[in-house]
Amino acid sequence: MSIVTVSNLTVAYGSHRVINNLNFNINQGDFLVVIGENGVGKTTLVRSLLGFIKSQSGDITIDPQTKIGYVPQFRNIDQEYPLSIRDFIALNVRHSYLPWLKKSERQRIDQVIDATNLQDIADRPLGLASGGEKQRAYLAQALLPAPGLLILDESTASLDNEMKYELLDLVTHFQQQGLSVMFITHDWGLAQHYGTRFLRMTEDGYLTGPINELPQPEKEVK
Amino acid sequence: MLALSFMRHAFIASTFIAIVSGFVGVFVVARNLSFLTHTLSEIGFAGGAFAVFIGWPVLNGMILFTMLSSILVGQMSIKESRREAVTSAVSALFIGLGILFLSLSSANASSATNILFGSVVGINLTEVWQLIYLSIIVILVIFAVYRQLKFTSFDAIGARVSGINATLYSVIFLIILALSVSVAAQIVGSLLIFILLTLPAASAKYFTHGVAKMIGLAILFSLLGTWLGLFLGYITNWPVSFFIAVIEVAIYCCALMKQKLSGAE
Ligand SMILES: Nc1ncnc2c1ncn2[C@@H]1O[C@H](COP(=O)(O)OP(=O)(O)OP(=O)(O)O)[C@@H](O)[C@H]1O
Ligand SMILES: [Mg+2]
Repeated sequence: MSIVTVSNLTVAYGSHRVINNLNFNINQGDFLVVIGENGVGKTTLVRSLLGFIKSQSGDITIDPQTKIGYVPQFRNIDQEYPLSIRDFIALNVRHSYLPWLKKSERQRIDQVIDATNLQDIADRPLGLASGGEKQRAYLAQALLPAPGLLILDESTASLDNEMKYELLDLVTHFQQQGLSVMFITHDWGLAQHYGTRFLRMTEDGYLTGPINELPQPEKEVK
Repeated sequence: MLALSFMRHAFIASTFIAIVSGFVGVFVVARNLSFLTHTLSEIGFAGGAFAVFIGWPVLNGMILFTMLSSILVGQMSIKESRREAVTSAVSALFIGLGILFLSLSSANASSATNILFGSVVGINLTEVWQLIYLSIIVILVIFAVYRQLKFTSFDAIGARVSGINATLYSVIFLIILALSVSVAAQIVGSLLIFILLTLPAASAKYFTHGVAKMIGLAILFSLLGTWLGLFLGYITNWPVSFFIAVIEVAIYCCALMKQKLSGAE
C-alpha cells in the first residue's frame, strides 16, 4: 500500500526552482533512501511533504492514517542544554492540556527510551550526551507519537561508522514492526545496506526504483 | 515585623512576585530572552513615568507600555539576526521618553527612584490585590499552554517540525513576559528586573534537568531572595532591592561554581 504519493511536484523558493517535476512514492514498510548531492533539494522535499512550504504545482498525497515523525537535519543543542534525555523526549507528548504527565504517557516514554537503548543514560543531561546518543534521543522523540512514517534527514552525518550502523540497525528494528522509513543520506554504503528502495536526486532529474537498481556514484564519495 | 501592616503587604506581594518570576524566568532563560527582558524593563520605566505624568497608578502605565512594545518587538524579532540591534534602539527611545515624562510631570525625585528601584515597602492593600490577580493570571495562562510552551522553549526546531505554531506561542509568551516585568518592577524596580526574572532560573538550570524541577528551584531561589531581602531591609533600613540583588547574585555564583567543580572532575 502506498502511504505517500508524489506526482509532478515542483517546488521553488521565489524564482529559484529547487524541485522540478518529481514523481515517486513510499509504500508501507519501505526503507526509502533519498540520495543526492548538497543543495539538490532533499530537505526541501521533506519540508514540502510536511506541508511547511507550498508547492508550485503537482500533488502530494499522504495516507490520512499515517502520522509522520521527522528528525530534522540540524538541531541547536549545545553543552549547556539543561534538560535530561528523558525530559527532552517527553517534550513531544501532546494532545492534552495537563501540565503534568499522565501515567500512560510516562509508560509510553519509558517504552520508547527502552526501545532506543537509552535507559541507562535517560536521566543525564542531553547537552553532555555523545553525538550518537543525541541522535538516538532525537529519534526517540520523533518516535514517541508512534508515527507510521519516519523521516531521517542525514541523521548519521556526524557519526562514526560504527555509530551509523548502530543507529540504523535500531531504525530497521522499528521498520520490521511496520514503520516506513525515508532516509536522506550521502552515503552509498548505508543506502545499499539498509535501503529497500531508492530515490536518486540530481540536478538533471530523478530516478527511483528497488535498491538493487541504484546506480553507482559517478565520482568517488569521501 | 509582620505585625506592621505595610510589612505584611510587602511580604504577600513579594511572595506572589517571586512565584511568578520563577515560573516565567525558566522560559525566559530557555528562550534566550534575557536581553529582551531587560529592554522590557526599561520600557516599563517609561510606562511608569508616563503614568506619573498623567496621574495613573504606576503599574497600569507599565503594563500598557510593556504589552504594546512586546507585541511590537515580537513582530519585528522574527528576523532573529537583527533582534539585538532593534531591541537596543527601542530601549534607547523608551528611556529617553521616560526621562521626558518625568521632567514634564511635576513629580518629585522620589517617584522616579520608586519606579527605577522598586518600593515594595510602600505598597498598599489595593495594590497588593492587583499584584495577586495579575500573578494568578500569568500562572493560569502558563498552565493552559504549558506543554506547547515547554516544547517551543526547550526545542524550538523539534516543536516546529512537529507542527506547533511557534509564532502563536511566542506572542503568548511575550504577553506573559510583559505582565511579569510590570509586576516584578513593583518590588525590585525597573533597573533590577532581571534579578528576579532571569537570575534564579539561570541558577536553577545548573542544579536539575527537568522543567518542573527547574521551575520549583527558581521559585525557591527567588522566594529566598525576596523574603530574606525584606527581613534584612527591615532590620537594617537598607534598600530591599539591594539585598535581593546580593542574594540572587550569590546563588548564581554558587551555581556557576558547582558547574565548574562538576566539570573539573
Ligand atoms: N529557505 C530558503 N530560501 C531560499 N532558498 C533556499 C531555502 N532553503 C533552501 N534553499 C535553497 O534550495 C536549494 C536546496 O536546498 P536543500 O536544503 O533542500 O538541499 P539539500 O539537498 O537538503 O542539501 P544538503 O545535502 O546540503 O542538506 C539550495 O540551493 C538552497 O540554497
Ligand atoms: Mg538537507
